[in-house]
Amino acid sequence: MGSDVDRVDLIIVGGGLAGLACAIEASRLELAALVVERGDRTGSKNVSGGRLYMAPVRPLFPDGFFDDAPMERAVTHEQLVLLSPSSSLTLDFTSEAFRQGPPSSFTVLRARLDRWLGEKVEASGAFVVPQAVATELIRENGRVKGVRAGDEELLADVVVAADGALSFVGREAGLAGPLEPAGCALGIKEVIKLDPARIEDRFALLPGEGCARLFLGDITAGMAGGGFLYTNTDSISLGVVIPLDDLAGRPADARGSHELLDAMKERSEIGPLVEGGEIVEYSAHLIPEPGPDRRPGRVADGLLVAGDAAGLVINHGITVRGMDLALASGVLAARAVGHAKKAGDAGAATLSEYERLLAESFVGKDMQRHAHVPAFLERRRLYERYPAAVCEIVEGLFEVGPDGKQRLYPRAARLVRKTLLDMDTLSDLWAARKL
Amino acid sequence: MKRLSIEEKLAMDAIKPQAEPHIRLDAGKCRECALKPCLTACPASLYTLDPGSGDVKLEHAGCLECGTCLALCPADLDWSYPAGGFGVQYRHG
Repeated sequence: MGSDVDRVDLIIVGGGLAGLACAIEASRLELAALVVERGDRTGSKNVSGGRLYMAPVRPLFPDGFFDDAPMERAVTHEQLVLLSPSSSLTLDFTSEAFRQGPPSSFTVLRARLDRWLGEKVEASGAFVVPQAVATELIRENGRVKGVRAGDEELLADVVVAADGALSFVGREAGLAGPLEPAGCALGIKEVIKLDPARIEDRFALLPGEGCARLFLGDITAGMAGGGFLYTNTDSISLGVVIPLDDLAGRPADARGSHELLDAMKERSEIGPLVEGGEIVEYSAHLIPEPGPDRRPGRVADGLLVAGDAAGLVINHGITVRGMDLALASGVLAARAVGHAKKAGDAGAATLSEYERLLAESFVGKDMQRHAHVPAFLERRRLYERYPAAVCEIVEGLFEVGPDGKQRLYPRAARLVRKTLLDMDTLSDLWAARKL
Repeated sequence: MKRLSIEEKLAMDAIKPQAEPHIRLDAGKCRECALKPCLTACPASLYTLDPGSGDVKLEHAGCLECGTCLALCPADLDWSYPAGGFGVQYRHG
């Protein structure tokens, strides 16, 4: 790696997980890489719900690479809360398997994590240019040759667009259409500072361990989506995710999206969890969740697209993943650039090595395995009917009234007949076989 | 937990406001827009109706740069990122 920044092997637009992973791998392959980052430093513009699945990612990085990464807590408790307007059922799953070997997933805060990764990138010999917005692609004979950032022209053999959900670079290159509500969700989050000991008491956690709690049902004001709560080291990430189509389809006098979190905290199941905490940050971010027919292209002459920009997000309802896919796609993009350099050609045909690498990795396999999920999650009853129906059935299990306790079976059978045994449910079940 | 207004929440964020707006509204298009999804969808609640003129107003300085308005705007909203070093700088993320 030289100090010649005039011409590098690859320019990476965006210092998020995809872009930084790409730079790390580029350095490992002895490619000269430069990251263009619009924030004050890597991580300044980045937000996620807050959970990173490391298990699929570790094999792509040198041994122990993430050992000193500033993760928040290893997730040892998987929790799901189903809510009706007036009741809720919480499932809390834990397993000793979560405590053996390296943790499968961690809660994370991106400003910290991405700053650390940015430092790793610079230590590897690649460059990070902060406070620079890539405003335009530079092309020569139709082939991408670099980017313009303010007055600067930055040239490279390959540009890697790791510029996130909005991906102006990918759109400019024609690999994605205009940003549209369909296939996009809005995540809104508060980071609420809370003493670590209180977090561990409140959520019954061992020191350093964490929980990931998802809320489904009467938490999104009748819209699809759901809520989440992640425990960080000394804070809680509380958030909500709503598909943009749902957000747009409301009357003009509907409550503003900024009030969704306030309504969440008014629930008796949630308010006490954050009581005594202090909001230290309020953030919002778009999540690309394109169905198979809406995924952006990922390869053009002199250009690769990685991470959120490439629509690499899998919302499986219970597990929502983007960051592991971003890290992996960044690494694979760098390998494809290495392949192109060896071949002495950065045309789309040579760079499509990236597609091959993605297809044989967990990224391609998972995207394919779960391709039917986005359509399934559009089924309204998942949010409007089933969580409430489950709560109602469970309520009967525990109820002892002035007249004593009713028999369980007739009540449950009636509720199941009333709410779950109809053509709609059968249709949902039939659709669920593809999950 | 004490409920904070959206202005109080945004005040918790580190935002380096750019004088020049990075989002520009076309007053005519906004007036004609029947849906005005920006009013309720913006998570920072930056879009409001001017009580006098009925025009859509934008307070760009609190923008979280999420792109929700850009995705939802039925017109061709003039939206770009703030210049390097400006806008929201997340400290937690």
